[in-house]
Amino acid sequence: MIYNVSAWAIVIFLTFVALVLALSFYFARKTKSASGYYAAGGKIHWGVNGIAFAGDYLSAASFLGICGMIAFSGYDGFLYSIGYLAGWVVALFIVAEPMKRLGKYTFTDALDARFNSKPIKLTAAISTLVVSIFYLIPQMVGAGDLVVPLLGLPHYVGVLIVGSIVIFIVATAGMTSTTYVQFIKGALLIIFSTILTIYILQNGLTLNPDNHYNSFIRVGAVMEDNQVTGTNDSTWIFQTAYQQGPKHTFVKLKKEGVERWFRLSDDKKWLEEMLSITNQSDGTKLYNGEPKSAGKFYQVGHLTKIEVNGVEIDKTGPLGPFEFLSTLESSELIRFTKTDIREEQTTVYYPTPTQGKDMIKPGLLYKISTKAGGNFWTKLNFVSLMLALFFGTSALPHILIRYYTVPSQRAARKSTIVAIAAIGFFYILTMYMGLGASINGVLDVESSNMSGPLLARYFGVGLFSIISAIAFATVLGTVSGLIVASSGAIAHDFLDKYLNLKMDDRKKVKAGKLAAFGVGIFAILLGILFKGMNVSFLVGLAFAVAASANLPAILFLLFWKKTTAKGIAWSIVTGICSSVLIILFSPSMYEKYGLDKTSAPIPIDNPGIISIPLAVLVLVVVSLLTQKENATKVENYHLDQ
Amino acid sequence: MHGPAAKLETDYAAAKKSKLGVILFLFYVVIYGGFVLIGLINPELMGAHIIGKQNLAIVYGFGLILLAIIMGFIYNAICTKIENKMNTRKEDEK
Repeated sequence: MIYNVSAWAIVIFLTFVALVLALSFYFARKTKSASGYYAAGGKIHWGVNGIAFAGDYLSAASFLGICGMIAFSGYDGFLYSIGYLAGWVVALFIVAEPMKRLGKYTFTDALDARFNSKPIKLTAAISTLVVSIFYLIPQMVGAGDLVVPLLGLPHYVGVLIVGSIVIFIVATAGMTSTTYVQFIKGALLIIFSTILTIYILQNGLTLNPDNHYNSFIRVGAVMEDNQVTGTNDSTWIFQTAYQQGPKHTFVKLKKEGVERWFRLSDDKKWLEEMLSITNQSDGTKLYNGEPKSAGKFYQVGHLTKIEVNGVEIDKTGPLGPFEFLSTLESSELIRFTKTDIREEQTTVYYPTPTQGKDMIKPGLLYKISTKAGGNFWTKLNFVSLMLALFFGTSALPHILIRYYTVPSQRAARKSTIVAIAAIGFFYILTMYMGLGASINGVLDVESSNMSGPLLARYFGVGLFSIISAIAFATVLGTVSGLIVASSGAIAHDFLDKYLNLKMDDRKKVKAGKLAAFGVGIFAILLGILFKGMNVSFLVGLAFAVAASANLPAILFLLFWKKTTAKGIAWSIVTGICSSVLIILFSPSMYEKYGLDKTSAPIPIDNPGIISIPLAVLVLVVVSLLTQKENATKVENYHLDQ
Repeated sequence: MHGPAAKLETDYAAAKKSKLGVILFLFYVVIYGGFVLIGLINPELMGAHIIGKQNLAIVYGFGLILLAIIMGFIYNAICTKIENKMNTRKEDEK
């Protein structure tokens, strides 16, 4: 997609970045101690911390990823909203106050509070690092996606910019500046998402989203023996045709030296233009047969039928929030489905008419209905996703460390409730932002992640600039939090506690900053490598790793007296290894490797359904086998305090 | 062994709050599990209109989000009451 860069966008973006950096400079002067660097001195107000929680949590995955997934796959994207929010129930009712009581700076401190065990320190630090890195990848991918339309820069430059700024923020001021950046960003994201939703509802539904919306070409097909052999328009010359499955015939036509791809209509009378990306032998790409700069790779997604009370209309005018959903339900829209024509090194996106009612119920992405082609594995994948989202939140290290920035258990609880209210409200908005993007001709089929910001641009460049700058700050804030968590794992858990290097306060802060630098560089490389994947899908995987590696350990530590240090350590190792292995051999990763995804040895993408029970089983068995070692633990630490 | 970043007062209400938390958590698990189960057993039901023109998927999905918020406020109110009662009484007994 070619985007026109706006001066406003650049000014607003630079203002945001300048504000964030100024905040970091200000707090850098105040951060001298390890407590200040890792836990903001434990002095943050619960209201500020609650919104900062929302800032941490409403990462690129929520704003960019979920909106994009809803725009492309309807309600199945909203499943992430439901699961992400439900996860906070576990955090509030089970984890928040005990974590505050047990820990000091990091998640490892809390896990190790009863045992003072070296294996726990090591495995929990590794787990923090692995989960944070899995979570970092989508943030960096999202950052790269954002700068393309915002500043007109290549994807990798966006990743580099975010990486550099975040390393600076974290290496200067640690958790205090990260908290205030998250607070401001969280609040602005919710305010402007509300404004965007109001615009969507005011706009209503229309068959003509934009005067510049592309009308796709339709050429009459000439058929012989049920095969396409030509066209009835002499300016379009037939080149070749490929049959894919029983439903699709893709046809390449040429006009004035430019090759374009078409799909044979279901009644076999027409060839309908598609979007295509062709990889050439010299490494360059053609978009709809021409270089990207020709601007022929259009934004898509539109309604083909709007029905109100049984009458078809062109435009509804302003709608209420429930009216919007019910009107969309009785309408019909065009989504674009991706497939590869390997023989031609081409990816095509063909129009797929979709009933509105299918957009607002599950099933377009996760095939849970047998009628829609679902089977045992697709259903298992769905359950696995819902399980990981539910249990993942309260096991994310960068969320857990935020419990140490407030002064008391009561403040930890209250800040969690503020977070739930703010995040819940935002997640309801994602439904409207995603659906709004799917019908207003703004979708970039190359990057579902840009659906929300591009929808904002549909309503005006000012709103687009602000929303994009906030989204960019979203990435900055979340990456900062993740890097603080990772640097804590390396410097505090591993160097100080596991290796027992006896560092003083000043050295601890210095080690944390160096670790932040290293993790930041690694994150930049991963962000460039994973370009093009939906960020919410990637975050879903991070949740699965966190839920498998950390949550069994946390829950059993709190509620099962027979839990031992070795049980916890082996459970963490099992959770990490099993979830990461399943991900590496999953269909989505096979596709990323350039292999046929149906040949993946593990038929599900989401590992939680296997890896979480496995980690629990290992914890129970190892704990029962090592009961003698429990003599030294601090009994009932969590309940007696 | 570690202590918390900020020095904490002894919380005599911890056990009671923990029990309440587990009860509310299990209640939510049942409701959340119901959503997943309908998706598995009878996904077509998700498209059925149950309140006005809104289908079950919308009502249940939005409902799960709103329920979490409402339960959060209820939990906080009860916990604050328990804390005020138990922690004040223990301090008085000292």
